[in-house]
Amino acid sequence: MDFPVLSVITFTPIAAALLILLLPAQRKNEARAVALAAASFALILSFGVYFNYDQAAAGYQFIEKYNWLPALGISLHFGVDGMSTPLVLLTGVVMFTGVLISWGDDDKHVMAGIQDRPREFFAFLFILASGVFGVFVSLDLFMLFFFYEIAVFPMYLLIAIWGWIVTREYAAMKLTLYLFLGSVVSLVGVLVMYWVQYQNTGVLTFDMLEMEKAGFSQIFQNIWFLPVFLGFAVLGGIWPFHNWSPDGHVAAPTAVSMFHAGVLMKLGAFAALRVGIMLLPQGAQSWSWLIMTFAAIAVVYGAYIAFVQTDFKYMVGFSSVSHMGLVMLGFSTLNRQGLLGAGVQMFSHGVMTALFFAVVGMIYDRAHTREIPELGGMNKVMPFAAIGFIIGGLVSMGMPGFSGFIAEFPIFMGVWGRQWLVAVIAIISIIITAGYIMRNIGQVFFGNMPEKFEGHLTDVTVLDKIAITTLCLFMILIGLFPGFMVPLVQTGVENILRLLGGA
Amino acid sequence: MFTSTLFASILPEILILTIGLLVLVVEPFWKEEQRRNVGWLTAVGLLAAMVISLLFARPGEPISTLGGTVRFDWLGFFFKMLFMFAGAATALLLMDNEKVGHRGEAYLLLLASLLGMNLMASAADLVMLYLAIETTSIPLYILAGFMLADDKSTEAGFKYLLFGALTSTVMLYGFSLVFGFTGTTDLYQLADMLKAGNLELVTTFSVLALILVGIGFKVSIVPLHFWAPDVYEGSPTPVAGFLSTASKAAGFAVLTRLFIVAFPDLASSWTAVLAVLAAVTMTVGNLLALPQTNIKRLLAFSSVAHAGYVLIGVIALTQLGVASVVFYLAAYILTNLLAFGIVMAFSRVTGLEEITDYAGMSRRNPGLALMMLAAFLSLAGMPPFGGFVAKVVVFAAGVQAGYVWLVVIGIINSAIGVYYYLNVLKYVYLYRMPNQDEENHPVPLTRPYAIALVVLVFGVILIGTLFAPWFSWSDAAALNLF
Amino acid sequence: MNFIDTHLLSLILFLPSIAAIIILFLPKGEDKLTRWFAFGASLIPFLLSLVVWFRFEAGQPGFQFEESYVWYEAIGSSLHLGVDGLSLTMVLLTTLLTPLAILASFSISDRVKPYMMLFLFLETGMLGVFLALDLLIFFVFWEVGLVPMYFLINQWGSANRNYASLKFLIYTMGGSLGLLLAVQMLGVLFGTYDLLTLYQRWNSLEPGSLLLGMPVQTVKTIAFWAFAIAFAIKVPVWPFHTWLPDAHTEAPTAGSMILAGVLLKLGAYGFLRLILPLYPFEAKIFAGALALLATAAIVFGAFGSYGQTDFKRLVAYSSVNHMGFVVLGIAAAGLASGTIDANIALNGAILQMFNHGLSAAGMFFLVGVIYERTHTRNLEEFGGLFPLVPVYGGILIFTSMASLGLPGLNGFISEFLVVRGSWPILTAYTAISMLGLLFTGAYILKGIKKVLHGPLNEHWAHGEHKLTEINTREVLVMAPLMVLILWIGLWPGWILNVINKAVGMLF
Repeated sequence: MDFPVLSVITFTPIAAALLILLLPAQRKNEARAVALAAASFALILSFGVYFNYDQAAAGYQFIEKYNWLPALGISLHFGVDGMSTPLVLLTGVVMFTGVLISWGDDDKHVMAGIQDRPREFFAFLFILASGVFGVFVSLDLFMLFFFYEIAVFPMYLLIAIWGWIVTREYAAMKLTLYLFLGSVVSLVGVLVMYWVQYQNTGVLTFDMLEMEKAGFSQIFQNIWFLPVFLGFAVLGGIWPFHNWSPDGHVAAPTAVSMFHAGVLMKLGAFAALRVGIMLLPQGAQSWSWLIMTFAAIAVVYGAYIAFVQTDFKYMVGFSSVSHMGLVMLGFSTLNRQGLLGAGVQMFSHGVMTALFFAVVGMIYDRAHTREIPELGGMNKVMPFAAIGFIIGGLVSMGMPGFSGFIAEFPIFMGVWGRQWLVAVIAIISIIITAGYIMRNIGQVFFGNMPEKFEGHLTDVTVLDKIAITTLCLFMILIGLFPGFMVPLVQTGVENILRLLGGA
Repeated sequence: MFTSTLFASILPEILILTIGLLVLVVEPFWKEEQRRNVGWLTAVGLLAAMVISLLFARPGEPISTLGGTVRFDWLGFFFKMLFMFAGAATALLLMDNEKVGHRGEAYLLLLASLLGMNLMASAADLVMLYLAIETTSIPLYILAGFMLADDKSTEAGFKYLLFGALTSTVMLYGFSLVFGFTGTTDLYQLADMLKAGNLELVTTFSVLALILVGIGFKVSIVPLHFWAPDVYEGSPTPVAGFLSTASKAAGFAVLTRLFIVAFPDLASSWTAVLAVLAAVTMTVGNLLALPQTNIKRLLAFSSVAHAGYVLIGVIALTQLGVASVVFYLAAYILTNLLAFGIVMAFSRVTGLEEITDYAGMSRRNPGLALMMLAAFLSLAGMPPFGGFVAKVVVFAAGVQAGYVWLVVIGIINSAIGVYYYLNVLKYVYLYRMPNQDEENHPVPLTRPYAIALVVLVFGVILIGTLFAPWFSWSDAAALNLF
Repeated sequence: MNFIDTHLLSLILFLPSIAAIIILFLPKGEDKLTRWFAFGASLIPFLLSLVVWFRFEAGQPGFQFEESYVWYEAIGSSLHLGVDGLSLTMVLLTTLLTPLAILASFSISDRVKPYMMLFLFLETGMLGVFLALDLLIFFVFWEVGLVPMYFLINQWGSANRNYASLKFLIYTMGGSLGLLLAVQMLGVLFGTYDLLTLYQRWNSLEPGSLLLGMPVQTVKTIAFWAFAIAFAIKVPVWPFHTWLPDAHTEAPTAGSMILAGVLLKLGAYGFLRLILPLYPFEAKIFAGALALLATAAIVFGAFGSYGQTDFKRLVAYSSVNHMGFVVLGIAAAGLASGTIDANIALNGAILQMFNHGLSAAGMFFLVGVIYERTHTRNLEEFGGLFPLVPVYGGILIFTSMASLGLPGLNGFISEFLVVRGSWPILTAYTAISMLGLLFTGAYILKGIKKVLHGPLNEHWAHGEHKLTEINTREVLVMAPLMVLILWIGLWPGWILNVINKAVGMLF
């Protein structure tokens, strides 16, 4: 179709942000309403892209190309394939539910509902969203960076200003510097690739589709794969560069945590895939053993650290490190099943962790504590949220019937195909995850409610319920009917395999 | 007559002179309170001058005019337009600075300096170059020390004068040696003459070193950067802004032209030294910015660091390298003027210049805070602002020329920069005033400020998003040197 | 009609879940409606499985009523359902016990809706394991059955439920990790999870060839143990049984009925459906070890049962004891596959699975009946209750006798067959397990004596603690069980025929 749907999706949030900034500061509800309208619009469009993607034709679709700076080979080149289409949908979903969660009411000291300057909050959040969309749909490396950095700096403001007062400054600065450094390391690698490609083919371009034909030498790829891949993978939370993530997650306000763990970390993984693996495939093959090792450590270590946490939100944060480790593990297999699983896991984990953070935020807003030993009996007060969290927990354990299983199973199959020992080690994480999830659900939701909370806690709002339902729906839908997403991701995987030389 | 190349080549300067004369004539007729309107006159005049120049004085093929002392090409022209724009913005920003802007002489000095900068950018002869540098510097010395009652300002002016005079003397000595060895002062003939003269490498090396002292001072590279913090802090803020942007850019214009046109053979051996200097400049500038508590000093050190980034482009010695330098300077001029302008706007109302004084600024004037966000993020190199594209392009040039290690240092330094720029923004957005009564302490903007700042913000965003035209001009300018 | 005819198995499988979702939308607070709806809905799969039973052709080899739907094509898994004599027996057991368990749960008044929903989801999970002809689907439903049971124990159980439920979940999931890995490996190797295909190709692997860089034999052995441990935990085989007493004891009555009645059979079914066909060679080698563990289960289970003072725990350990016979039969079949004796043993094992389902469910229910009235399960606190509750007493004695293996009731038939079949193959172990049989009698009689006989405990005779008789609903729960127990005991042919033909064709 000729409607430039991808650029509309990408620029709608930023346009909405500008609109919101023009509203007077007192008009909080108008700001929220504009935000919700824009988020809904983007969501509908992303559904449109998802369902109109022609799986038979595969490849990059909804292509738009506008010359931006021909002298340097920069163009505004948009397109989605089987891997990025689900991620576009994910962003739309998380954006939509994030706005709902952040609605806020007249009650101070809430971290989910934004009471203080919602105008600036939504503006920055939407700038972030535009950046995220932009990375997923960009087929031009310069533009990919452009949008990537746009997705980084609002995080600082969002966490520092509206975050958890105890650690927000430290966490925000650590996160921003870490992510920035990671991205500029990749930038150097990309610039080198840019010039070498020019030498090899005589074509000066940042266009990724052209770069796939660049023919980098094996030595070149071996040297440059790691900086490029790891630079982006920092945002994906790969061990040992994951340290920014738990503090960042915890300090951030709820919607930002949802975005951060649900979408932003996928941004890093996706960019690592797109630029690292797809453009330097031989380098990927040489170094896959290292990535696999890092990923396996992340999977088990993350689960273990989550197990010993007493702060609910830190538990979720570390579980994200573990689950993103699974994504990286899938990438490192470089085979059909592993990549397929990684693709589905990005979506499944995105939705699941958004749900987790949403519910944790709801609990914190009411109980004003996140310490698990101090919580209890939440099921009586907010049964809807409890069920939602339980479903999320089952997904995180990889329980069949939910999307987590659909994602994790092929990843392990893929790992089996490469290195059976890693599969055995990594699978330990499932039982650790089951342990801490069930134990903490039991304590927080079903244990005895401490007296100080009796009668003081309210149920979650209608908007919260809508958000929870939306997220649960996806997790169950994909779990029962993998055909909803798997064939689509497969087309993307086929493309990657082609670049890897049909591995 | 009008179409004569000679006339066209110096049309901007003629126009500036005209405005200056106009100011001189008109100013005494205005009463004290109205004197600030000279600012409007200056700004509008400069903008008109820009428009007229763009219409009638666009260069074609590069050619030396005015007896071979001036080069009429895109490089010079582009810089001239930038300088005049900077001048207009500075004029607007000066207007409501009572001690400075209410006296017509300030604008005159500004215009004089501007004239010098224009000539610097297009100088094709060593003598003209020296004249231009002095014409630029002397008014700036006075402007720096304009606030006679303020000790800091006086110190700033004096320091600037002393060191400026010293370094330009050294540079002049270098010029004279060049003349002695080659018998010509024409930049465009120097290259051949040097080759013919068969001079030893040591000699030419040392000569270039002397010249670099003067220019290095102007662009504040290490170890000639030490004047910057004190002078920036002491000067009236708009003057500091003007200094840090236009004056520095002029210096770079000279540097690129000199290097590539006049000393091409040497350039390749000098690049190693310059690379080290660039690395040191970036690092020193960023590291010393970290502990700063005064925002003007912070911006001073940040300017030093940015000079380091620009040097990467110079070192590349390629067309892309020069294009990236020009582009960077364009983005930098807009960004830094914006930053200093905001500082001025704030201190005009509050009289405070410490970073901690900015606490709660986002609630006192949300619009101003957003502009500050744009400025500082652009300085940090974040999209969608000009600083991002500028950095990427400069780094690309560096990588192309094979200086990957330098680029790596550059990115590490960028990260350090991100830290202290975000730190300032933290105060603006996160911290609150002691009594949390920001509504009672607004920071209003007067009209000249509003206009200047808004235009600058638009410029910063424009150059960061729709950067194709800007880059093409930079590229065209670079082409002239090869 | 045609739709039903061609989709019998998927209807049996998914109707409970659909019913559960419908319950979600029933009006809140309408407990009576919810209960009766759940009960009615659970009868439909039972009726349908009767239809399948009667249409089933026992003599025909292979699987019948096959259905296959695309599910996770990308990795080679499809929703492939089918029954043979073995699985049909189990399906019948499941669809019979579930309505009875739901009927037994009518006395629950706390959060009836979620309770019934979980029960129905659980039914789907269990049926899925039995009906699956695709290894991945098998695994999916295996895991799916865990969560509802976890919540049933955790939310509606007794005092120590948190510990018991978590132990149950972690233990079983831990066991199935190995299964998961082995399943993945099979999928990776053959590109499909279809059981029928896997049977063929797995067994036709060249013995000397390399698989994943290791000799085929090694890989098969490791996979065998991965499968075996997972199923052994579920059965449970001694020494992996320690989760059972806690889980059974702390679960609500109906939960225990299903846990003992069906869930344990999932493990045994796994042995029969997967281990024996896929690993005949390894099964033969390790059958001796398995038999040893089975004997241990029989003997120690009986001893353990005898030593209990908690009535429910006594019954729980009796499950260990009875399931030991199942495993003994399987071990015998593994060791001497194809012989008449092995077939007999296997017949006995499978029939024991069915029988134990009935009697264990019955026993747990009866314990529940008395618990609801007295709120204690301590045997020492009962005594001489027979005159107070004669009907209950009679039913309890009847069911206990079945558990004991009294000739004329179902337990005897299956235990006899197992012993008869294993004797020639595993003489020593069978002999030792007779000891266990002896103590089975001991603990059963002890239980009955403590509860019903002896001097009347005045505490229950008067006033507010006066024991009420078993009511109609409760009798209705027990009635079908008792009828079947008697019927199988007197004339087992109708079920043995099906089982026997299946065994003959499978092994």
